[in-house]
Amino acid sequence: MLEAQDLTARRGAATLFTGLAFRVDAGRALIITGANGTGKTTLLRILAGLTMPAEGNVRWRGDPVAPFSQQLREDAVFVGHAPALKDELTAEENLRALVDLTATHRSAAEVSAALTSVALDAQRKLPARVLSQGQRRRIGLARLGLSRRPLWLLDEPATALDSAGLGLLTQMIAQQLATGGTVIAATHHALDLPAERVATLALS
Amino acid sequence: MTGALALSASEAPFGVGAAVRWAVVRDLRLALRSRAELGVQLLFYVIVVSLFPLASSPERTLLATMGPGVIWVAALLASLLSLPRLFASDFADGTLEQIALSPFPLPALVSGKIVAHWLTTGVPIVVLAPLLGLQYGLDPPILGVVTLALLIGTPILSLLGAIGAALTLGVRGGGSLVALLVLPLCVPVLIFGAGAADAMRAGLSASAHISLLAAGLLIALVAAPFATAAAVRIALD
Repeated sequence: MLEAQDLTARRGAATLFTGLAFRVDAGRALIITGANGTGKTTLLRILAGLTMPAEGNVRWRGDPVAPFSQQLREDAVFVGHAPALKDELTAEENLRALVDLTATHRSAAEVSAALTSVALDAQRKLPARVLSQGQRRRIGLARLGLSRRPLWLLDEPATALDSAGLGLLTQMIAQQLATGGTVIAATHHALDLPAERVATLALS
Repeated sequence: MTGALALSASEAPFGVGAAVRWAVVRDLRLALRSRAELGVQLLFYVIVVSLFPLASSPERTLLATMGPGVIWVAALLASLLSLPRLFASDFADGTLEQIALSPFPLPALVSGKIVAHWLTTGVPIVVLAPLLGLQYGLDPPILGVVTLALLIGTPILSLLGAIGAALTLGVRGGGSLVALLVLPLCVPVLIFGAGAADAMRAGLSASAHISLLAAGLLIALVAAPFATAAAVRIALD
């Protein structure tokens, strides 16, 4: 359960939002919408513990969490704007490195099965340099699938994905919700999720 | 809180060793995939050292006097040249965010990156030093001392450099700013490093200089990873 209390964020002199409060229970998703520059990314970065809010606090499982708190780093997976891929490494090496960085043990078979599940089987040994934007995003999806963390924080996860990729993303989020996970995503795309599990937060 | 910790602890043996290994393996692999970049920096070192005898008098005693100092300055510059690479590309492609959000301790991950930096830049500098020293007609014992001092001193350059590289993340023109930040900090390393050879040539023991260098290395080893980790977190905010 993630809770935000009286969050205020500033970027330079501009105030992005003030007094923002919400609660997302286990098994629920919060979709953050809003025009460009309304603070979607900043909000996600605050929730992920990368940025300090100007005011207010974030509670995860009832405890207030400061930026870079150990508990949040163990429970959350953050997929940001940048895909965190290295051009020099192959798709498989990139995924392996990202999964190992989350201190979760996954066998080589699991990693390659995850790549197959996002239809990157043929690109496994190709350097990320030659992959398309959508294919790069799919590596991020494969990582989500392997992470098994209770909290997903997704910043524009649907960008550059084709309709099959979007379906895959929706399916993964639905699966995460069904298993009691929490998802917070900033996106412009309509995701076909069970309505009773999803709330929307519009920033303006 | 404890439940979450216990769960993660049983799921994976995460700790300092695994974190350092992750960063070293990954950065070494990346460095090997972009060998040209490493070659450029090493060539820079070789050329700088080789230019001095050409530009100054070929007199044997003069060359032998300035040789160790030139090698040290060139090592320092070559090590600086590769510093922007240490964090900047990870910062640009979002990997640094993931590193900072990893459950592994950030100072350990940062240490791994510094170790990889030293292995790819410091070690070649040390290995080439005896060869380059021959151009200055340095005697074998002096060559030995220069190499030993570099072996202890180059990790300090990587450690101090990492702090500077992390502090200048996201700053425009960060590359030259790193040099401004780090060069003054490296002065003691330079003094004791080059001084070791001087002492040896004057017929004294170099052990005082070497011990001071080693003490500096220990301090940097303990302090630099934490300072760098703090700087990385500030840069991501």
